[in-house]
Amino acid sequence: MSITLQINGKPHEVDLPGEVPLLWALRDGLGMTGTKFGCGVAACGACTVLVDGEAVRSCQLPIGEVTGAITTIEGLGQPGNLAPIQAAWVRHQVAQCGYCQSGQIMQAAALLAANPEPTDQDIDAAMQGNLCRCGTYPRIRAAIHEAAAMMKAG
Amino acid sequence: MASWKTITRRSFLVLGAAVAGGAAFGAWKIAEVPANPLVPGPDSVPLNPWVIINADGVTVIAPRAEMGQGISTTLAALVAEELDVDWQQVRVLHGPPAQAYFNAGFVDRMSNEPDFIVSQRPKSHNAILAAVPKILSLQMTGGSTGAIGGFVQMRLAGAGAREALKAAAAKRLGVAPDTLKTEGGKVIGEKTFTYAELAAEAADLVPGDVTLRDPSTWRYVGKAMPRLDMVAKSTGTEVFGIDTWLPGMKFATVRMNPRRGGAMKGFDPAPALAMPGVAQVIGLGSGIAVVADNTWTAMQAAEAVKIDWAEADYPADTEAMMTRIEAAFATRPDSRMRDDGDVEAELAKGPVSGAVIEAEYRVPFLAHAAMEPLNATAWLKEDGSLEVWCGCQAPIMTRDACAAALRIDAEKVTLHVPVMGGGFGGRTDPVPAVLAARVAAAMPGTPVKVTWSREEDLTQDYYRPAAIARLSGRIEGGKATALWGRTATPSVTRNALARLVGFAPPGPDRGSVEGGFDQPYGLPNYRYDGHVADLTVQLGFWRSVGNSMNAFFLESFIDEMAHAAGADPLAFRLDLMRDTHAPSAQLLENVREMSGWDGLKRPGYGRGVAFCYSFGTPVAEVLEVQQTDAGIRLTRAWIACDPGLAMDPGIVEAQMTGAMVYGLSAAVHGAITFADQQVVERNFPDYDALRMPTTPAFEVAILQNNGSFGHIGGVGEPGTPPAAPALANALYDLTGIRARELPLNRQFSFAG
Repeated sequence: MSITLQINGKPHEVDLPGEVPLLWALRDGLGMTGTKFGCGVAACGACTVLVDGEAVRSCQLPIGEVTGAITTIEGLGQPGNLAPIQAAWVRHQVAQCGYCQSGQIMQAAALLAANPEPTDQDIDAAMQGNLCRCGTYPRIRAAIHEAAAMMKAG
Repeated sequence: MASWKTITRRSFLVLGAAVAGGAAFGAWKIAEVPANPLVPGPDSVPLNPWVIINADGVTVIAPRAEMGQGISTTLAALVAEELDVDWQQVRVLHGPPAQAYFNAGFVDRMSNEPDFIVSQRPKSHNAILAAVPKILSLQMTGGSTGAIGGFVQMRLAGAGAREALKAAAAKRLGVAPDTLKTEGGKVIGEKTFTYAELAAEAADLVPGDVTLRDPSTWRYVGKAMPRLDMVAKSTGTEVFGIDTWLPGMKFATVRMNPRRGGAMKGFDPAPALAMPGVAQVIGLGSGIAVVADNTWTAMQAAEAVKIDWAEADYPADTEAMMTRIEAAFATRPDSRMRDDGDVEAELAKGPVSGAVIEAEYRVPFLAHAAMEPLNATAWLKEDGSLEVWCGCQAPIMTRDACAAALRIDAEKVTLHVPVMGGGFGGRTDPVPAVLAARVAAAMPGTPVKVTWSREEDLTQDYYRPAAIARLSGRIEGGKATALWGRTATPSVTRNALARLVGFAPPGPDRGSVEGGFDQPYGLPNYRYDGHVADLTVQLGFWRSVGNSMNAFFLESFIDEMAHAAGADPLAFRLDLMRDTHAPSAQLLENVREMSGWDGLKRPGYGRGVAFCYSFGTPVAEVLEVQQTDAGIRLTRAWIACDPGLAMDPGIVEAQMTGAMVYGLSAAVHGAITFADQQVVERNFPDYDALRMPTTPAFEVAILQNNGSFGHIGGVGEPGTPPAAPALANALYDLTGIRARELPLNRQFSFAG
């Protein structure tokens, strides 16, 4: 039995039962390893992807229940063609180990899509579910502000 | 792509010089120069164990593992500084298990004297050389040693490669090498050659004497370089160990005895095997592995296996363990590494226009909880060789442990070390690689990736031990006249080394008392004792190791003494430090100025200061807390550090900030507890950390006054120890309540 998922603008077939979480369909079924496993209980945000533009913990979403279009970190931008938010991440040298950053960036992308000029309080509220054990939060905050400014300037 | 699949026996003189330190290097040999483990690939020529010339640039082989600390960027910058390549031409890879990649930085960790004393003494080249055989197999990342060990070694690797390339060009042109220049990956003379054109010829040339460049000419070292891994880590394209992908591979997980070290009496795999997608359940003696067609199914199935566990050999719960630790106070001290003056006589004077105070503090077990759960991928091939991918801090040891587990020769094991999604000391043990190798051995010919669930990662960790400290101090006329500290804790070093290498090192256990005995406080009577507790819980090296506990004990108690003396806590510390170690005292001045510390109390706010000299680097921190309707907030933090030489200030700033967040996370939330011999905390909801809204704003000052006699301090760990006492001292300032036990969320209500 195979399920078709719309990922980064393209249909992808995965041959896995419908109860398998999207995280594992991406990673193990499709080899799209940019989305990370951190906790499996929606407590760390490392697995965050967008479904129809909303930030979703992919470790909690069975593929049989996915109805929308999925965007993963691979669909946001690539090394030679960075999305503005990724460029801000590079400019602020945010990542240390980098493992949580796919999820942080997807969460921030959802925030900026809904709120192009977030305050520090908005950033606190949107990002509180995304854990970073390296403690890169100050640089994440700075990068989100800069990405907002870049996107406003066009 | 560079290739390092087999081992050749070419030796390189540059290594012999690498350990000598100093400025000019002769080409001379030590008794056994490790072989270059690199071999040429189709478009790549290794010039020495650290430098490969490719068609489009240079690949630096980093002898240390990248766990997020930025070491690969700094090591590459050291090579690039001498090799004259543009930063865009530089890539970096982790080296294979090989003696060539031993960690010279561990020489700095082999003394039982306080760091602040060692750092003020010229380094003895003879002592360094004598230590080399002891560390030759220490291809180990830890102890905040990476940049220290690489500082001379990596620049020599770059300079040696540059001189070999110049010699090759000189041969072609029939001129002397010193008539040629190098720039942007080219040798420039009357004709210009790219390094790639010359590499094959240069590989056969041994460079003569090389002189390292004067720091005043540095272009990369000392600057905040764009990290070489930053674009990959911002685009999801970095390949962590957990992202290893091989054709036809299977996915597995493990479930080991939660009563650590206990055996498995038996198991029933039937409920797991009945689940669709499950391929195999493998007994591992003290646990099981489940192999499936995806990781999630493997994890579900592992929970379904019925297992009869044997017991562990440690007490049943945290309370009984703390009783065992407390009992160590009744034993003879394992160490007395500081005993200035006559502390007993001074304390016996009792309170005379002052006070004698005593306090007891307690800290819990802690887990590393890196974001990337433990994992390893292994593939036992038809020819009997084993290929393993595992993010680990000790590659030679890990490779050898895999070989031993499968009873094959170490030469038959190829170990790849991908970048790690956090380490913090938690990837020292070879266990993930060994278990993956054993799973692979049960399914020869099929590569298998083994991923720990978060629950397994947390409950099967090697923990920072719990500890109890008792301190006594005497104040007279507003001055501290005596301090006697005693820490009781099981020894991480003995516990871990007995497990890893089969024996515990002799001598006093520095780790139990570091951060307590070795601080630059000029008390006339200062004694610090270590009491090693007899407790067999699995222990490991946790970011800053013993400093993480002893800095909390000492710096909380110094604060208590300051208050008992009626003194400002920052000024009280300065008085004790100024004549003992000026660079350390300067840091207190810096955080005083940065934070606008005036010693005045502001309603609703509290401030605390703390200091620790660890891993060669003194760090002072001030933290501000605020009482809000939602609870206590950590609002602002100021850090001043002095590593002697800041090779990359951007990375130093990130490490100091991150290390303080790591320490504050543990101080507020962190506790691993035991019930029925099992770890209670199973996932992040039970073992939380600071998050975006609960992290303070930071300001960091990096000073370079501590570099006399060529001293360089580490930067990955020293930011952690002062974090907990700075917070506890701030909470006292805010509430008047003295925190003597961690974590603090048991006693104080923090805003979420």
